[in-house]
Amino acid sequence: MTHTLPTRPSLGLDEGGLLDAYRTMRIIREFEERVHAEFATGDIPGFVHLYAGEEASATGVCARLDDRDTIASTHRGHGHCIAKGVDVKEMMAEIYGRSTGSCHGKGGSMHIADLSKGMLGANGIVGGGPPLICGTALAAKQQNTGGVGVAFFGDGASNQGTTLESLNLASVWNLPAIFVAENNGYAEATASTWSVAADNIADRAAGFGMPGVIVDGFDFFAVYEAAGEAIERARDGGGPTLIEVKFTRYYGHFEGDQQTYRGDEVARARETLDCLKRFRERVTESGQLEASALDAIDVQVADLIEAAVVEAKQAPMPTAADLETDVYVTY
Amino acid sequence: MARMISYREAINEALAQEMQRDPSVIVMGEDNAGGAGSPGEDDAWGGVLGVTKGLYHRFPGRVLDTPISESAFVGAAIGAATRGLRPVAELMFIDFMGVCFDQIFNQAAKFRYMFGGKAVTPVVIRTMYGAGLSAAAQHSQCLYPIFTHIPGLKVVLPSTPYEAKGLLIQSIRDDDPVIFCEHKALYDTTGDVPAGSYTIPFGEANVVRDGDDVTIVALGRMVSVAEQAATELARSGVQAEIIDPRTTSPLDTDTILESVERTGRLVVVDEASPRCGMAADISALVAQHAFGALRAPIELVTAPHTPVPFSAALESLYIPDAQRVVNAVKTVTSWER
Amino acid sequence: MPKWGLSMTSGKITDWIVAEGAEVSKGDDLVDIDTEKIAGALEAADSGVLRRIIAVVNEDVPVGGTIALIAPAGVPESDIDEAARLAREELDSGAVEEVTGPVTGTVQVGGRTLSYATLGDGAETVLLVHGYGGDKNSWLFVQEPLSAGRTVHAIDLPGHGESGKDVGDGSLDVLASAVLGFLAAQGIERVHLVGHSLGGAVVVAAAAREPDRVASLTLVAPAGFGDAVDAGYLRGFAAASSRRELTPHLRKLFADPAQVTRQLAEDLMKFKRLDGVQQALDALLATLLDGDAPAIDAAPLLDKVDAPVVVVWGRADQVLPVTNAAALAGQAQVHVVDDAGHMVHMEQPGAVVAAVVGAVEAAAGGS
Repeated sequence: MTHTLPTRPSLGLDEGGLLDAYRTMRIIREFEERVHAEFATGDIPGFVHLYAGEEASATGVCARLDDRDTIASTHRGHGHCIAKGVDVKEMMAEIYGRSTGSCHGKGGSMHIADLSKGMLGANGIVGGGPPLICGTALAAKQQNTGGVGVAFFGDGASNQGTTLESLNLASVWNLPAIFVAENNGYAEATASTWSVAADNIADRAAGFGMPGVIVDGFDFFAVYEAAGEAIERARDGGGPTLIEVKFTRYYGHFEGDQQTYRGDEVARARETLDCLKRFRERVTESGQLEASALDAIDVQVADLIEAAVVEAKQAPMPTAADLETDVYVTY
Repeated sequence: MARMISYREAINEALAQEMQRDPSVIVMGEDNAGGAGSPGEDDAWGGVLGVTKGLYHRFPGRVLDTPISESAFVGAAIGAATRGLRPVAELMFIDFMGVCFDQIFNQAAKFRYMFGGKAVTPVVIRTMYGAGLSAAAQHSQCLYPIFTHIPGLKVVLPSTPYEAKGLLIQSIRDDDPVIFCEHKALYDTTGDVPAGSYTIPFGEANVVRDGDDVTIVALGRMVSVAEQAATELARSGVQAEIIDPRTTSPLDTDTILESVERTGRLVVVDEASPRCGMAADISALVAQHAFGALRAPIELVTAPHTPVPFSAALESLYIPDAQRVVNAVKTVTSWER
Repeated sequence: MPKWGLSMTSGKITDWIVAEGAEVSKGDDLVDIDTEKIAGALEAADSGVLRRIIAVVNEDVPVGGTIALIAPAGVPESDIDEAARLAREELDSGAVEEVTGPVTGTVQVGGRTLSYATLGDGAETVLLVHGYGGDKNSWLFVQEPLSAGRTVHAIDLPGHGESGKDVGDGSLDVLASAVLGFLAAQGIERVHLVGHSLGGAVVVAAAAREPDRVASLTLVAPAGFGDAVDAGYLRGFAAASSRRELTPHLRKLFADPAQVTRQLAEDLMKFKRLDGVQQALDALLATLLDGDAPAIDAAPLLDKVDAPVVVVWGRADQVLPVTNAAALAGQAQVHVVDDAGHMVHMEQPGAVVAAVVGAVEAAAGGS
């Protein structure tokens, strides 16, 4: 049964939690905006897919997770990485292909991972994540850790067979898995309203025997609420949930995408819907946080991102000696 | 005191002994028990050809039946492997790799390298291959060359019950993703297998027969075909050395090259179809590294470049037999410039 | 056709060493036989004339099948003809009466499973103890001849053969305890101990602990005496992870390197691959070697033994050189055997059988 969660005032987040949430979203935003700028100079190799605009989703979900829990991500993975606690400087170095990067320069933007933090990696294959999360959720169940697995995927991946099979398997095996469909309106250059046969991705949940919920992706608190309910259900052995997060991405499918297929939704979103703006408005209007505290975070984050870029640009490249290492554990 | 058991029993025993020894080993696949949700017996099948029979009751909660959704459960096995389990997932027929290949070659195979050496993915995917049971085009292929091509995977082809048990135990204990290929026509063959647990290292070929006149490299079920050929060749005084690589990835090129340095002649027998296969791969390695030792061109005995035919009249022509191997050896031993 | 080892079902004649009509003495090499596992020469069990060869070169004969007739010169030719005809008929029919080999079993000793094989029945009891990396089957040419009129046991030491692979700290004490425990479990009050290589040191240690139980000692190229050892062989044996790596080391065990068949090397690799074996071999290596020198000193233990001691050593022993035998000169009869390396009980089994019989007789003589 699909329903839309009305936004409610923040529940269960104390001052520290709110500051963390803001900091996380701000880091993601500044990270992505900076990568956008740097990419335009030609310094960053390969493809990058930016999460700017979507911060509330990764942040709201990951605020409910701990080290027992795993997430799988997509090619648009920087936000999930940051929200799950992957080191920001190592991420930036990885994007620049440096040996100090999260993956020693061998993965790049689309494959940043930190298995020690339960971050199974950004994934270059659309729909590659959900089956893996069925696995990590199965492991959590077998090992009795109380942990859950969260599969982030896009509206494009929501049509991929791997995703649909995973929804079914998670229900059949009653896995502690949460499927978060981040519907930003486009799969590459194709509108999700066209490619998704149902009215909402969340409508598919019933077809797979699990609850489905639609959430305003620009609203951190709405995501936090929905994620909390789903994660609690999973931890209690109540099985999987499908959450559809609706929002928009501020940039193209990849950097370099001219986005001629789009209307003017980005400008509107930045102006009136932006998750950081709305968060700031809510917490300051309700008196939970002082604006100055948020400003301070803005400054710290700016410094962090600047340092990350400077250090990344100065970091050494991997060498020929690194080319053939780490294909296998044992040779 | 030979203890003769079948290839099928040897695999079952390897699974049972490892599951007994290591609680992180779990088994999953379509009908690996059989009967899930059905009113009759649990463990009704124990796998489509009975290989996993009995494990379901012996190890409660660790043998999982799956819906028919390979990409989901093979992917799940892979994901679970990153979290400390050692899953043995069954891809019922290697011919079905198409519906889960991404999880195997883009995910499992690449985690360690892509993530800078920080991932360990100890998953085993057991799968059936090979022709000879009239199972026709979509249930009879030898697709291990495709897995062999992918860096990050290990590919294992046991040829006898002794090999099957030791190599499967090794596969389960290995920390890398392993594709364990069982020839369906070998399940009923029997051999002497120790009752205790043992391992056979990867990348170490077995010299099945010593000989100085020609080197025959044979894979999987073709090892026994090569043995038949060698027996016949011995009658006319030609002593063939038969090498069973056991694993195509890693491949024991040293043993093959040493042998060819001595015999000067090579025949490779592989049931798979010829383009981009193991026969071509081994042939190229030998031509590259032992060219000076070769006294004749290399002969490749493979299936033809066709899908596997159904009719027994055609399938028997499709699969390489001892006569074709004998002919190939005669070609290389009688070759003159 | 003899039964050499528990799994032998048939053997192939490869060469008749003695021609028809020639005189043979008991113990002479008669015929070369190849089995799946080993090649060996069958020694004449009697003296007489080799009157008729029944099985020809390259013929496969089931164990128990008649391959030749030895008789005194005086036996009429017609009798020989008839016996030959019957023997040939039996071989051709394929219905050779099955020969039962040793009876095998296991016994629990000190929390460990010990495997053993017993052949023969008689007043005197002999226990054969193999060496490092070996098993009870290495006595295959010795157990059968000795079993005529005697009870002959062969055991697998802990870590070896079909015994449990746990060797504890791998010390001589653990192994000696296993031997003594076996004897106690089987109710054997008096035994003639025979030990090869490490097994030699083990039986000395066992005899030193319970001298009243041990009637005689036959030491075949024993460890624990003298200061020479090929440490490289021992380490190489333990470390080899493939037949190819193992085979050059195995060749050091024999005077005739052709004794190292593919099957022998393969069987040893199958043993080495079993769970627990590597740890056992490594633990025992520490007992055998101190750096490159032998670590066991069995001489003080032998001082505690009153029973007759007979020593057999292959002149061409590369692993424990025969010069080590000098350390035993005062305390034992030492027989040095030509055309034999470290595995003298496999290359010249007759000499070892004779030594054991000598030890048994010396014990009976009350010396």
